[in-house]
Amino acid sequence: MKAGVARFWREIPQRYNFIGNKCGTCERVFFPPRESCPYCRRKSIGNMKEIKLAGKGEVVTYTVIHVGPEDFEEQTPYPIAIIKLEEGPQITAQIVDCPLDEVKIGLKVESTFRKIQQDGHTGAIYYGYKFKKQRQ
Amino acid sequence: MPLVGFTMEQIGIVSYGAHIPRYRIKAEVIAAVWGKDGQAISRGLGIFEKSVPSVDQDTATISVEAIRAALKRCTLNPTDIGAIYVGSESHPYAVKPTGTIVGEAIGATPDLMVADYEFACKAGTAAIQTCFGLVKAGMIDYGVAIGADTSQAAPGDALEYSASAGGAAFIIGRTNVIATINHTLSYTTDTPDFWRRAEMKYPSHGGRFTGEPAYFKHITNCATNLMTKAGTKPQDYTYAIFHQPNGKFPVNVAKKLGFTIDQVKQGLMVPYIGNTYSGASMIGLASVLDVAKPGDRIFMTSYGSGAGSDGFDMTVTNNITRLSRQKAPTIAQLVADKEYVDYGTYAKMTNLLFWE
Amino acid sequence: MRDVAVIGVGLTKFGELWDKSFRQLIAEAGSKAILNAKIEGKDIDALYVGSMSSGRFVDQEHIGALVAEVSGFSQLHIPATRVEGACASGGLAVREGYLSIASGMNDIVVVGGVEKMNDVGGSEATEILATASDQEWEAFFGATFPGIYAMIATRHMYEYGTTKEQLAQVAVKNHANGVNNPYAQYQSLISLESVLKATTVAYPLGLMDCSPVSDGAASLVLCAAEKAKKYTDKPVKIIGSGQASDTLALHGRRDICTLDATVHAAKRAYKQANLTPKNIDFAEVHDCFTIAEICAIEDLGFVEKGKGGKAIDNKITTLDGSLPVNTSGGLKAKGHPVGATGVAQIVELTMQLRGEAGKRQVKDAKIGLAHNVGGSGATCVIHIMEAM
Repeated sequence: MKAGVARFWREIPQRYNFIGNKCGTCERVFFPPRESCPYCRRKSIGNMKEIKLAGKGEVVTYTVIHVGPEDFEEQTPYPIAIIKLEEGPQITAQIVDCPLDEVKIGLKVESTFRKIQQDGHTGAIYYGYKFKKQRQ
Repeated sequence: MPLVGFTMEQIGIVSYGAHIPRYRIKAEVIAAVWGKDGQAISRGLGIFEKSVPSVDQDTATISVEAIRAALKRCTLNPTDIGAIYVGSESHPYAVKPTGTIVGEAIGATPDLMVADYEFACKAGTAAIQTCFGLVKAGMIDYGVAIGADTSQAAPGDALEYSASAGGAAFIIGRTNVIATINHTLSYTTDTPDFWRRAEMKYPSHGGRFTGEPAYFKHITNCATNLMTKAGTKPQDYTYAIFHQPNGKFPVNVAKKLGFTIDQVKQGLMVPYIGNTYSGASMIGLASVLDVAKPGDRIFMTSYGSGAGSDGFDMTVTNNITRLSRQKAPTIAQLVADKEYVDYGTYAKMTNLLFWE
Repeated sequence: MRDVAVIGVGLTKFGELWDKSFRQLIAEAGSKAILNAKIEGKDIDALYVGSMSSGRFVDQEHIGALVAEVSGFSQLHIPATRVEGACASGGLAVREGYLSIASGMNDIVVVGGVEKMNDVGGSEATEILATASDQEWEAFFGATFPGIYAMIATRHMYEYGTTKEQLAQVAVKNHANGVNNPYAQYQSLISLESVLKATTVAYPLGLMDCSPVSDGAASLVLCAAEKAKKYTDKPVKIIGSGQASDTLALHGRRDICTLDATVHAAKRAYKQANLTPKNIDFAEVHDCFTIAEICAIEDLGFVEKGKGGKAIDNKITTLDGSLPVNTSGGLKAKGHPVGATGVAQIVELTMQLRGEAGKRQVKDAKIGLAHNVGGSGATCVIHIMEAM
C-alpha cells in the first residue's frame, strides 16, 4: 500500500479497536461503521451509534494463501478467513499462531494485534487485527 | 495482611500482563549452523531455546498484547491511564513513538503522557520508576510501564543463542494495588559494555567486559544499596528477580548476594525463552506475580548496558486474590505454547535475509 | 425501447502477446469488427470501451478517446467512453452500447474491450487484480483475488459436498473446448490429474483452477435491429440485458456461496427476454476460477443451488451435453484479458448463433446467455441473445 499514511491513519479506530456502529432503528451492527443502515436507509441517517466490538468470532470460510502479494510473501502459506463476529458483522482477516490443519470452518477465534503491512523498509508500518484460536 | 513497619504510601502494581511470541528455536539448532557444539553452548549459557517473533510481530505488537492482557485481569477503564512509557532497544521506528501505538490500541488516548525509553535491557524498569514517581506526585492516577523487545543478534554472534522476543506490561497506581513498591533506586555509571550505533542493525559488545565490570558490579551495588535503604536482607524475600542475559549470570549474582536458587527460579525464564532484553526482568516479575500470595516480598534488580541497574523492593497485598489472574495467560502458559522453527525459517522471520 | 443486434465481431488472439501493444490490440479487434459488419467510420454514432485497469497495467487512462484515435477515427470526433466494472468492464461496455441504441439515441455503436496485462510482472498483476476486491477490508489484510474465490470454494465444499475433482473437471472441460478455438490462449487438453496436482495458489484452488493473465481485445458492432439486415444476413439480437451489484467484499454478502448479483442480473435479463433458464441452449459464464463456473450455473438457475458440482459430474455442461457452457474455452482456456472478456463472450455467442463456431459449434443453438462478473461478484452483467 503506497497510498500515503493518511489513508491508513483514518482507519486506526477500526483496525486497532474494532470501532463499528449500530443502527438506532433496527439495532443491526456494522463493521466497518457505515454512514447509513442498508436495511433502514433514510430512517437510519443521523441515528447510527458508535460501538466497540469485542473482536471475537467464528470462522465462516477460509483459504490458505500460497501465492501472496509482495507485502505478504514472507508469510506464505498463510490462512485468510471470513470471520463472523459475535456482534454479527463478517470480516476478512488472517489467522495466525495456528497450525494450518487446525484452521476449520466453525473455529472460534479472537483478535490479536499485529503488523499488517509496511511501506517497504523505510516507510510507515501499518498495524491492525489478525485472529488466533480463542483461549479456552 | 498488615504490612508491618511501612509508612510509605501504598503505590505499586495494579495489574500486569505479558506476551511471548510462540515460535522457538533451540540453541543446538543455531549451533549446528555454525559448526558449534550445541549442548556445550546450552550448558555454558544456561539457555535451551529462545522465542522468535513472527514477521508480523515487533515491539509495538508485543507491547499491545502485554498491556491488553493486564487490562483483561482488572477492571480499570483505559481512559483513566495517564501515562504510557515503553522501554525497548528495538522500537519499530527510530523516530516515531511506540507508546502512541500502544495508547491508541488500548483506547487510552488522547489525554495521555507518552514517551519511549531506551536504556538497553532496563528501559522497562526505568518506566516503572517514572510511573511510580508520577503517581506519587499526584500527576496521574495510573501509569503503564512496558518493557518489550524483538532483540536482534548478528548471525554467528554469541548473542544469537540468547537474543529473543517478548515483553511485559505493568499498570502502576495507588488503588487496588496488588504489590506495593516499597523502595526503588538505581545505580548508574558510564560503562560501554554493549551498544548499537544509530545506523546499525545489530548490537556490538565488549565480550567478557560485559560481565564483571558491567553486569555484576551494577547489580551487586544496586541490590546492596536497596537492601540497605529498605533495611532488609536476602532472607526477607520470597522471590528475587535479576536481569537475565543468560541462565548463568542471574544465578551467580544471586548467590553472591546471598539469595538461594529457590528464591530465584520462579522469576528465571531465560532458559526457556532466551533474553527478551527490556522484557527480561519484567517477564520474570510477571512470572512471580502469577503465583504470588499476599505477604510475599519480592526483590528485583534489572540491568541495562551502558550501564545501570534499577532495584525494587515490593510486597504482595491481599488485593492479588481479587485480581482475575486467570483472564490472561500466565508466563508458564506462554512458555508452554510453542512451535519450533528451523534456522531457515528463523532467518526469514527475523529478517536476517534482508539485503537491500 | 428498440431492439438491438450484433452485426459484426472481431477478436485478437488471447495470450502472452509480447509483440503487441495495448493500442495495437484494440485497433486490431476494432477493425476486424468494423470490416465484419461492413460499416464505415462515418456510420458510427458512438464508441464504448471496457477496460479494468489500463492505468495500472500500461499507465494509460483516458482510453475512450485513445481507442477512437488508434482505430483511425480522430477526424470523425466520435463520442468515445470508457466503461469500468473490474472484470465485468467488457460486459458493461456492451450494455452501455446496447442501451444507447435501445434508447433511440444512436443507430450504430462500436463496443470494445481490452486488457494488456503482461506488461507488468506477475506479482504486480496479482496486486492490480486485487483492486477489484475491497481494498481497505479484504486486500489490505492479505486476501488475494484467488484467495477470495478459494473461500467461496471452501464454503461450497463444506455446505454441498462439492469436491476438488469436480472443480478440476471444469478446467478439464474448458480446455477441451479451447482446443477448438483458434483464438484461445490454451489450445491443449489437460488431464484431471494435472489439475489436481498443480501447485496450490490458494487452498483449495490450484494453479490450474485459475484463469491466466492474458493480453487481448474483442470488439462488436451493435446496430438498431430494424437496420441490421442492411449490413448482414445474420444479425444476432440481444433479447435481454440485466445488470446488478452487491457488496465489494465477499464477507458482506448474504451467502458466501451465492453471487446475488448474478441472481438479480439473471432475473432481470430473463424477464426482459420473457424466458426461463430452461430456454437457454448454451452459455458463456465467468469462470475466472473453476468454482466460479459451478456457482454461475447454480445462480443462473440452470441447476439447483449446491448441485453445480454434480452437474459437472453428469457432463451436462460439456459441448455435447444438454447445456454446453463455455464453448469458447471460457476464461480458463481462452484466456482472461479482463476488460476484453465480457465483449469476447458476446463474440462467442454471436459466432455460435450465426453457426460459425466450427468444431465447437453447438448443435441447434438458438438462444445463448453470456454472464460476466466483476470482482468476486460485486458486479454482474448478463446478456441473452437469439439469432434473427
